[in-house]
Amino acid sequence: MAEPVVCLRDVRKAFNLGLANETEVLHGIDLTLARGEFCAVMGPSGSGKSTLLNIVGLLDRPTSGSLRIGGEETGALDDHALTRLRGHSIGFVFQYHNLLAGFTALENVMMPMLGDATFFNDGMAQRAAALLDSVGLSNWRDSRVTELSGGQQQRVAVARSLAMAPPLLLADEPTGNLDTKSADAVFELLRKANRDHGMAVLFVTHNPLLSARCDRIIRVVDGRLER
Amino acid sequence: MSRWMPFEWIVALRFLREGRMQTLFIVAGIAIGVAVIVFMSALLTGLQSNFIRRVLTAQAHIQLLPPKEVARPLGPVRAAGGGPLEDAIIQAPLQRLKSIDQWQTLAAQVRAMPEVAVVSPIASGSALVIRGEASRAISVIGVDPALYFRIVALPEKMVRGTTRLTPSDILIGTDLASDLGVAVGDKLRVSAAGGGDQTLAVTGLFDLGSKPANQRTTYVALRTAQSLLGLVGGVSAIDVTVKDIYAAEAVAQRITAANGVQADSWIATNAQFFTAVQAQKTSNTAIRFFVALSVAFGIASVLVVSVVQKSREIGILRAMGISRGQVLRVFLLQGGLLGLTGSVGGSSIGLVALLLWQRYALNPDGTPLFPLAIEPGLFVASLLLATLTGLAAAFAPALRAARLDPVVAIRG
Repeated sequence: MAEPVVCLRDVRKAFNLGLANETEVLHGIDLTLARGEFCAVMGPSGSGKSTLLNIVGLLDRPTSGSLRIGGEETGALDDHALTRLRGHSIGFVFQYHNLLAGFTALENVMMPMLGDATFFNDGMAQRAAALLDSVGLSNWRDSRVTELSGGQQQRVAVARSLAMAPPLLLADEPTGNLDTKSADAVFELLRKANRDHGMAVLFVTHNPLLSARCDRIIRVVDGRLER
Repeated sequence: MSRWMPFEWIVALRFLREGRMQTLFIVAGIAIGVAVIVFMSALLTGLQSNFIRRVLTAQAHIQLLPPKEVARPLGPVRAAGGGPLEDAIIQAPLQRLKSIDQWQTLAAQVRAMPEVAVVSPIASGSALVIRGEASRAISVIGVDPALYFRIVALPEKMVRGTTRLTPSDILIGTDLASDLGVAVGDKLRVSAAGGGDQTLAVTGLFDLGSKPANQRTTYVALRTAQSLLGLVGGVSAIDVTVKDIYAAEAVAQRITAANGVQADSWIATNAQFFTAVQAQKTSNTAIRFFVALSVAFGIASVLVVSVVQKSREIGILRAMGISRGQVLRVFLLQGGLLGLTGSVGGSSIGLVALLLWQRYALNPDGTPLFPLAIEPGLFVASLLLATLTGLAAAFAPALRAARLDPVVAIRG
């Protein structure tokens, strides 16, 4: 059996460790995400969804438990190794697109490749342009991202998340601020990337219509998974 | 965007461009600071080298003199009772004009020293110059023109006539010529205190740039002076120039230690001038230090603000796999670029200011007040200083940026 893209075992996360106000927000999460799986994450606000995503995205470390990305145990990795693994293995799409305001759409998509010596080559611009084409923004590649609509910006963010061809995509409420049509378009882009490239997707959403179109739904309630 | 620029350059340049007003103001601030450093340094260096040039074109780097005469009591002076006589007065002897003992051997030894450039024997003393009813006290300097004019550039100071010095010639200052009413070709009678007396022909008039010097100084051939002053075959001093003017004092001390003669370097005889130079250097260094400090604080404050403004972007970049080291370099580069750009501007402003100074700060005769030292090394040093200051100033903000927690930064 192929190694899962993500594997969490008894992951716990507490804040203010050792202080009087120590709070555990994730209580022993077990989760496995196989290659090509599109998984919706639902749950009320404050339930720990974003914390879970930050830990899976290697932006934060669990207090205890095991996290394996692409079969690699991450607990013992230093910051440099985590950064490298994150850059190569994980694409992010945030709720507030989080593009770099001073750059064009093309530059934003190129940015992960620019920062990585193995991707830094003549083909970067062509690859970024092709990704923008794939999200329907070929005419906007040289526009500043601030000149684009919210839906367009989120499509640029999707294109950027695919730049390094990561095996895992983390989408934290990417449709939360979009109208229905744009939300649907962004969801379809993620679905397409999942189908075409076999990426595993962890898709945080409050929208039951979109979650219903995912392969699997997990619910986070009070820091625990409800299946 | 150029595909060829490394990531750090692209992001650093774009961040600077995005905050263009901040960038513009800090670059202007750095430029003004660097311009002040360049202008002041060139001005002070020019002033110093001008002083040194003026001093050293009129005197030797080292002058060797015979040892001073000291009173030597023949034995302990006894009181009537046989004990030592207290409060005995030992009177300092008069310093007679005398020759340096074995001067030719000494001159040869000094000439053989690798640091020495020119050695010129001199016979000098006081005399009276007489023309008709008028007489003036003068200082007669007997020189070997071939050697002496390599030490004191007298040919450059000639205003009339030539520097020819045969045994019957004399060169006098313009003010003495005016006082006595003589011109080139006229004869003068010169009488020394020791009884020597000669009639000499004026072959040239010089201007040493000082009225007292022009009234008193005269040059004759070495043999003429020896004869006039009663120093036949002897010399009263040996003038020496060295290859490194700042090594003069050390060379003088070595000569004294080896030969027992009195050796006065130009550094020792112009101690006040050196104190003034040192004071100038200290004040210049202090000004440079405080300007560099203000530039550093300016750059640091702009970058601290930039880190706060860009923390979200930094978080996004970190999420995309950009390392702490890359973030650190982005901000260090910004500091270095601000310093470099400001110093290029500042060097240009400084250069323009120096050229304007050279053009408009003139003597009444239209010549520059003093020649300025506009050396490429000064500009290179300013560029390096400002760039390194920029890098150093950027370090703390860059470290702060690199240490940002991406989760906190993205959340804002």
